[in-house]
Amino acid sequence: MIELLATRYAYALMFVLLGIGLYMVIASENLVKKLIGVNLFQTAIFLFFVAVAYVEVDGEPGGSPVVPATTEPAAGDLILASPLPHVIVLTAIVVGIALTAVGLALIVRIHAEYGTLREDTLREVRADE
Amino acid sequence: MSDVDLLPALLVVGPILLATVPVLLGLRYDRTGWSVALGTTLGVFAGACYLALEVYSADGVNREIAVIHELGGFSQPMGIELVADTFSTLIVLLVAGTALGVLAYTRVGGPRGNTFYSGYLLLVGGLLGLSMTGDVFNMFVFLEIVGLGTYALISSGDGPESAFAALKYLIIGTVGASIYLIGVGFLFMATGHLNMHALGGEIPGLEGQNLQLARAGFAFIFVGFAIKVAQWPLHSWQPDAYQHAPDGVTPLIAALVSTVSAYALGRLMFTVFGGDFIAATPYAAAVVVTVGAVSVIAGSTLAVIQTDVKRMLAYSSVSQFGLIVAAYGLLTETALLGAVIHLIGHGLMKAGLFLAVGVIALGYGARTVDAYAGLAQHRPYVAGSMAVLLIALVGIPPSIGFIGKWYIAVGAIEAQSWLVAGVIFLSTMLTLAYVARLLERMYFTPRSALESPRGTAGTEPGPAAAGGALTDGGRAMGATAGRRVTIGMLAVVALTAVIAVVLGFSGDVFTELLAPFIESAELEVSP
Repeated sequence: MIELLATRYAYALMFVLLGIGLYMVIASENLVKKLIGVNLFQTAIFLFFVAVAYVEVDGEPGGSPVVPATTEPAAGDLILASPLPHVIVLTAIVVGIALTAVGLALIVRIHAEYGTLREDTLREVRADE
Repeated sequence: MSDVDLLPALLVVGPILLATVPVLLGLRYDRTGWSVALGTTLGVFAGACYLALEVYSADGVNREIAVIHELGGFSQPMGIELVADTFSTLIVLLVAGTALGVLAYTRVGGPRGNTFYSGYLLLVGGLLGLSMTGDVFNMFVFLEIVGLGTYALISSGDGPESAFAALKYLIIGTVGASIYLIGVGFLFMATGHLNMHALGGEIPGLEGQNLQLARAGFAFIFVGFAIKVAQWPLHSWQPDAYQHAPDGVTPLIAALVSTVSAYALGRLMFTVFGGDFIAATPYAAAVVVTVGAVSVIAGSTLAVIQTDVKRMLAYSSVSQFGLIVAAYGLLTETALLGAVIHLIGHGLMKAGLFLAVGVIALGYGARTVDAYAGLAQHRPYVAGSMAVLLIALVGIPPSIGFIGKWYIAVGAIEAQSWLVAGVIFLSTMLTLAYVARLLERMYFTPRSALESPRGTAGTEPGPAAAGGALTDGGRAMGATAGRRVTIGMLAVVALTAVIAVVLGFSGDVFTELLAPFIESAELEVSP
């Protein structure tokens, strides 16, 4: 168990972050905090992809080579890191920023209309109308 | 690379690039958005038709006759490709046609403004990309583009409620897309591929740990899409989003966004994982069928008790998509064919129904089931079209709703899944329950009988939801001057009703068109 945590701590951390993010989305009454929860949730996934890209070669940690430069690699050939997970994380970060921006814009509008950011207060205000 | 190969890329890139034009022109001119959107969607529709001609006139295995565009000239498995095969081309046609039809409503019915049409084009481009992408990560990006467009369009409604509905959808939808992304991560760990075709070739041969990874990936992908497709109990965003979106936006969202997500789920289940993988994974098919079946019952039951017509139709979407997901889970060729037909049919019918709801809100001022009283007498055309669409939704022949349900039911019996067969029967009864309630109001309750529900005593009962003061002539001229029912709106609603009936005779056509895709899905052959 301890050994698993020591070698696979990135994955464990990812699930902890996922849990915290999801908990914030569900439990927090404040809309901004909900959005932060969504962001945390996404960040956990970025961590997951970065962890996937890190591969040990022959038990030697430190590199992430998964794609050989030639189709049939010989012993001393150049080995490249797979660029895909990093590209995925970069793209996902951009997508995440766009979503956060739209979400914040909506929150600004909700605040302007109702004067509150708390969901429980919002529920009361909307029930009154 | 021939000219046709460029078409998929143009269909996706065109609307997205042109989405910037209304905003730019808006700096100088006030109302150019609609014209730009019309020009673009016309072009997209023409392109989609040409693509369909090209794909369906060819003979051969699914992948051979598909029009494939490799983005940037990088070939798979490394590059991203856009694939227009027999399945995705149908969805592309549906997206292009619906987007064109909805424009007929928004020209006068609103919402207006150049930013609205920027969002509109962004959404159309995203939907086309989502339909044609051949790469699982690219699918995530398009899922989010579609999401962004949808959130922006929903929040363009007048009231503050629409902003709240959009935020709710944003938070739930983003979590759903992120869960899908985790699934993609697991698949990537298991195979090292992101291309759907390469994944489809790799997954059947997986063993040991990698097989477990792929199964975990399937679980995450299914849950992620259950949120996007609005399956019970993850549907809670959908009724609010449909109800509070502007009337001109709901048809587009209801007909396309969930439909294309459900298409994407089918694409992943049958092109990436394949029927054999799902059948070999313990409980996978059973879970898919159960989620679908429960959604059918829960959605229909909730629809029966709604008073707002838009909300009622939104819950009806939950149940109809439940039917499609359950059909996916049956893993027979007939059921899959039924699911695809129902996907198209439901999109068409919901587009027509929500357009009719918008027209009625504009011209008659009615939004609740009770306020629809006497509609048939005062607005015979729109009431007639809506009645045809509602009856088609129940699944009474001849209509597209019937053949979809018929194939799914036959598939359920072939798979000896009596649960699904029973659920289809029950759902038809429940659909009839809420449809009949509306029809009874429209045709058999006189208008004067409703004075009580939203007590605006005096001249006309119209609750004046959108249009303001109404006159008996049917042309509403009120506070929001100029918003009236045009011939174009009525024509589109009537046209949808006609198509829904005519397609009721097209079971064989669909069977023939989709045969290459169905064969490629590795399913049990019908006995």
